Amino acid sequence: MNLLEVRQVWKEYGSNIVLEKLNLSVKEGEFCTIVGTSGCGKTTFLRMLLGEETPSRGSLLLDGEPLPGEPGPDRGIVFQRYSVFPHMSVLDNVAFGLEVSRSRVLGRLFGAARRRARDEAAGLLEQVGLNHALARYPSELSGGMQQRLAIAQALVKKPRILLLDEPFGALDPGIRADMHKLVLQLWKESGLTIFMITHDLKEGFKLGTRLLVFDKPRLDPHAPGRYGATITYDLAIGRKEPGLLDEIESSVSETSRFMHDQP
Amino acid sequence: MSKRIINRFPDRGVAAALALLPFLLLLLAYAFASHARLAINADDKLLPSMASLADAISRAALEPSKRNGELMLWADTAASMVRLLIGLGVAALLALASGLATGMVPYIRATFAPFVRVLSMVPPMAILPILFIAFGLGELSKVVLIVLGIAPCMMRDLQQRVMELPSEQIIKAQTLGAHSGQILWRVVLPQTLPRLIDSLRLNLGPAFLFLIAAEAIAAESGLGYRIFLVRRYLAMDTILPYVIWITMLAFSMDLLLRALSRWAFPWFHQGKESA
Repeated sequence: MNLLEVRQVWKEYGSNIVLEKLNLSVKEGEFCTIVGTSGCGKTTFLRMLLGEETPSRGSLLLDGEPLPGEPGPDRGIVFQRYSVFPHMSVLDNVAFGLEVSRSRVLGRLFGAARRRARDEAAGLLEQVGLNHALARYPSELSGGMQQRLAIAQALVKKPRILLLDEPFGALDPGIRADMHKLVLQLWKESGLTIFMITHDLKEGFKLGTRLLVFDKPRLDPHAPGRYGATITYDLAIGRKEPGLLDEIESSVSETSRFMHDQP
Repeated sequence: MSKRIINRFPDRGVAAALALLPFLLLLLAYAFASHARLAINADDKLLPSMASLADAISRAALEPSKRNGELMLWADTAASMVRLLIGLGVAALLALASGLATGMVPYIRATFAPFVRVLSMVPPMAILPILFIAFGLGELSKVVLIVLGIAPCMMRDLQQRVMELPSEQIIKAQTLGAHSGQILWRVVLPQTLPRLIDSLRLNLGPAFLFLIAAEAIAAESGLGYRIFLVRRYLAMDTILPYVIWITMLAFSMDLLLRALSRWAFPWFHQGKESA
């Protein structure tokens, strides 16, 4: 059975159609990268997977059940920024996820239980290469280290789906390559299903097992909100033909220029 | 080639000297004016000389009063500070509770936020007579005036601060399996506390305003009471030191709160310049 099933999903805000006729099925363990220009509903789609938004029409099924209407521990998230807690040390940021499920009232563990949670958190932080920074606050970390922390924080709950919203968009190119290596390694080890939004088509091709392009197939210059975006390319990566990247690139940038010209 | 004035910065020593300059100028201007008036009329009470100011300070601070044997300045300070600190404490608790509730829970926000917005527009001084009628002329009405004077603005401020926390954090906490109470307790409350201290610091001035006002109208002790009492005798030699003392109290409370915030919430102050 498919892990995630998207059937004829539409998302509208008033008369503005963001997504239309969205259909998708994803199996457990796939690594889907999502590309598309701004305003093409990538983030809206991710927010629907999170449970922050609900579809206007159609259905979203997780394991055959309707997706819950609010965020939960089966779907982890890493945002581009602000996804770690600035008032907690690196170690506490990761241990937090364990503490809230093991101490339902206070969300805080004491004594041996606390030590166990912190040991587990430290183990995970070692995997992402942050074992030397356990006691630091996030504001003392570089952008790349903060994103490593955010990833460790999300993984501690062993989610079924990991959502990445342009997680490396603000990082330097060198750091970004390191992060790619880390994400691929974690994905291979854990068997997670990953959805990653990126602006960078090359990044999408490099990381995913499947590339989803969100684009508007129809553009109406008089009413840019008339037609929504949908998945225009859904490719298993590895079978890509030469020239396909260029073809997608030019199609996406046409939409981008169009959107940019709208007031 | 000289730089634009907006790009020129004094070094530390120069900055400290510059900061002292206005105080020195004020002191000099006072001494000069006082000397000039006293030269014309030795009994002038409006601008007493430095010597008579020092004399009045030592009388107020060191000599037991003839009426009740208390050291006047310290008794007044204690009476006022008790009122002020209770008022600030109650206002801070109200602001914290209300700010967290209205900032986090949409239903509570829909119910109370408009009410607090209206409440904060009621001029506190206009309801002072009601407080005296309702709570009598004792300590309670003075504390209530301080609370009513500053709490509504602090409640609005704290609600705003809570709502300004990045939604990414709140969503992240939910994806980590935290329920509303745990998010309140572990994510929102700790980040709201330093902002509460900021809000208190900004409201120290208004709190003192309402304290002095309440004491001026009905009290038997306190800094504001004393100033308004000796006004009848044109006793500038008491009023001026009291004003300076009140200013110093407010200023050191502000410094203390800042130090407390830096000590307790180092993560809040990293990498930003704060006043």
